[in-house]
Amino acid sequence: MTRILRLTLNGRARADAVADNLLLIDYLRDAARLTSVKQGCDGGECGACLVLVDGSPRPACITLAAQCEGAKVETLEGLSGPGGALSPLQRAFHERLGAQCGFCTPGMVVSATALLRETKRPDEGAIRAALEGNLCRCTGYVKIIDAVQTAAAEMAADQTAEAAG
Amino acid sequence: MNAPARTATRAAGTRTPLVDGIEKVTGRARFTADLAGDAAVARILRSPVAHGVIRRIDTTAAEALPGVLAVVTGADCAHPFGVLPIAMNEYPMARDRVRYRGEPVAAVAAVDAATAARALKAIKLQIDPLPAYFTATEARAPDAVLLHDDKPGNVEREVHHVFGDPDAGLAEADLVRTATFTCAEINHAQMEPHAAVAEWVPGREELIFHSVTQVPFYTHKHLARCLEMDPAKIRLVKPFVGGGFGSRTETLNFEIIAGLLARRTGGRVALVLSREETLISHRGRPETEVTLALGMRADGRLTACKAEVVMRGGAYAGYGIVTILYAGALLHGLYDLPNIRYDGYRVYANLPPCGAMRGHGTVDVRHAFETLVDRMARELDLDPFTVRRANLLEAPLFTPNGLMVNSYGLPDCLDRVEAASGWKERRGKLGPGRGLGMACSHYVSGAAKPVHWTGEPHAVVALRLDFDGAVTALTGAPEIGQGSSTMVAISVADTLGIDVGRVRVVCGDSATVPKDNGAYSSRITFMVGNAAIGAARNLRTELAQAAAAKLEADPADIDCAGEVFSVRGSAQSQLTWAEVVAAALAVDGPITVKGSFTTPEKAQGGGHRGGAVGSTMGFSYAAQVVEATVDVDLGRITVDRVWVALDCGFAINPLAVEGQIEGSVWMGMGQALMEETRYAEGLPLHASLLEYRVPTIADSPPIEVHIVESVDPLGPFGAKEAGEGALSGFPPALAAAVADAIGLDMDALPLSPDRVLEALVAKRRAAQRAKRREDA
Repeated sequence: MTRILRLTLNGRARADAVADNLLLIDYLRDAARLTSVKQGCDGGECGACLVLVDGSPRPACITLAAQCEGAKVETLEGLSGPGGALSPLQRAFHERLGAQCGFCTPGMVVSATALLRETKRPDEGAIRAALEGNLCRCTGYVKIIDAVQTAAAEMAADQTAEAAG
Repeated sequence: MNAPARTATRAAGTRTPLVDGIEKVTGRARFTADLAGDAAVARILRSPVAHGVIRRIDTTAAEALPGVLAVVTGADCAHPFGVLPIAMNEYPMARDRVRYRGEPVAAVAAVDAATAARALKAIKLQIDPLPAYFTATEARAPDAVLLHDDKPGNVEREVHHVFGDPDAGLAEADLVRTATFTCAEINHAQMEPHAAVAEWVPGREELIFHSVTQVPFYTHKHLARCLEMDPAKIRLVKPFVGGGFGSRTETLNFEIIAGLLARRTGGRVALVLSREETLISHRGRPETEVTLALGMRADGRLTACKAEVVMRGGAYAGYGIVTILYAGALLHGLYDLPNIRYDGYRVYANLPPCGAMRGHGTVDVRHAFETLVDRMARELDLDPFTVRRANLLEAPLFTPNGLMVNSYGLPDCLDRVEAASGWKERRGKLGPGRGLGMACSHYVSGAAKPVHWTGEPHAVVALRLDFDGAVTALTGAPEIGQGSSTMVAISVADTLGIDVGRVRVVCGDSATVPKDNGAYSSRITFMVGNAAIGAARNLRTELAQAAAAKLEADPADIDCAGEVFSVRGSAQSQLTWAEVVAAALAVDGPITVKGSFTTPEKAQGGGHRGGAVGSTMGFSYAAQVVEATVDVDLGRITVDRVWVALDCGFAINPLAVEGQIEGSVWMGMGQALMEETRYAEGLPLHASLLEYRVPTIADSPPIEVHIVESVDPLGPFGAKEAGEGALSGFPPALAAAVADAIGLDMDALPLSPDRVLEALVAKRRAAQRAKRREDA
């Protein structure tokens, strides 16, 4: 069966005809051409395909597109600021070498984005807990933790400055 | 000293984010599978049996299915391939015989995935089973069927090397100990599954080929060979690659299959392997049994080493000969140990082929060596650091097996981690179940003699300078996340005195870049770095001539720093980069220069058979301390912290060097704690990332990195490798920490909870038996 799927994807409304059994990852990669959503495993094991569905991280490879009817879906492509400016997390992952090969990076940044929206200054334990479902094979996670902490500190400093101003 | 001083205006030595990093954090980076678009979908049919004779493959029904574009089998390629020209014995799809479960036997291309899956089911395959062997011992049995008729005893290669007088060495030791260590087979588990996108261009009969490869040049060669094509008709492109660690350091069967299917369909084909298929493609570190005898004097001085190594290599040759040679060759070069006997056996078995994995050939042997040294130090009541310091080399030197050592930062590495970890103050005082262990390791900075010996330079980099003032660096060095393109940009920028952002690095497209052997054996920084510096010096010469003409000075007196040209010793006359570029282009138009690097003959190893393997321009050296806690009820080990120091000669990009050291230590931790492939009658039981468990962020400790810079006389800016040397020190340092924590010595890897509990029970029972004997 095919249905019309209506959702908000990276801030823009979309309507697409999709099969009931179409996986969200295939919808995002093939229909919407959002190739940051990576297939790293055969289903729900590695976190490379994490996207935000109504703000919550969800593995797109074990989510049906149809489940996202009316939802707000965000991928890494949608996390940059106005004019494509890097978000604090994107900048920190780049500058602190949180990304080596970059294949797990989309899922990592998506997970970390969800974390920092909930928790302004997470401690190391909270970062480890939030990213436990994201596998990385390059970094040993050392610089990923550093990147999340750096971004959190920067965002907190910006907010303090805003509040003061 | 050829290392540059670290200053704000020098690029070399400055922490530099990766030049291709923005694409990775914004989602713009395109990996191979991202290029599939509307390509036909390809799938592989794999052997359901581990060893057998193919009686029949009937593809008629599959070919007749609507939507099926092409079907290929072993009959479509009669050319064996393999990374070593002397050991090419693999076909992209099995012909006549299958030798492991999961070996490709046929492949299809179809309009969509569902049709491709139906087509695979429609292929009729009849295989008569043969006896299959899943251990090296079974395969070596006298009556075993041969996997390859030309390899009696199923032994791919035996190595017997003797240097010095090992028997005399053992005789003069105060303590001789022997032990056998069994290390499980492991896999790279790089995050990106294998993929190839191949496009046949009808009319021109050309192949445009995108792949996840670490070795585009080898894949280019093997495609030409197996498809019987003029290599000039192939364009090989390496897009962003999601990690390698050796998994893609040889041409793989799926790449050739994709090429065959593209040609058969006359269009674009995407072959994206599942995680299970990626794991079956394997090429990981073989199951290895190391029997080691060491002699030590009462002061900790090592007198001799005898090592017997048996590797279960899987069904095909791959890098096997090199792996078994590395295992023996790198017994040398870390310590001053003149008496070494090595006997190595690389054995075929009916399992997916092993290959090169980070620390190629050396890791399991280093684990055995360092672990036995640690035990002997304990018996002799010596500190493990004292024992290492009693056996240091003094560079420059050549080892007994002919390896060149020009720089040796191990003494500094030892000092740094001993102090940082609080070894002297803390060891033995951490409380029950907690311990500290240490170990040393080393690795080559590129093989001094490549496997495809053509007589060409080991590396070539070309630079282009045109009206826009950008310097374009063309290199075949495959950027796979390790930061090689950034290293090239820094080396060029530093040599020219310009901003790193002015250098654009183009890598991995055979249409534009010079050939490069690839991303393996930690060769790129040393070899490609030197070639990049050479190219930049040549460009600097042309620019200096143009600047000198304008400034009416001697070209030898022209300096460029911060993109400003000046005459040395003169405060006045200066020219901008743009002015000098314009003047230089006016002479003869856009400028193209190149630089190359060739290893000197003396670096290429000893004259004995197999002596080239292990030879290198320079070794990295590492020491590390691991702190661990052992839960004796659950058998669970927690790594609390790691202190590691690595001598990389000079850190061209300290940020990337840290990342490489952290990643390699951590990968060693995965092998030490949990990683292991398992098979049941040849069926992989580790077919997913849940079953092949790698450490998560929750399992992973803080890793404190110390960079030691011995400044190698031949390295680019004095640099050596940084991405492999620290790996092999982790497993023995952890084993030593466990022994320190709970007094348990283990002979197997990984130190998984089941093995720890088994060893604890065995130890308790042995103690009880001993006590009963005593009581009786």
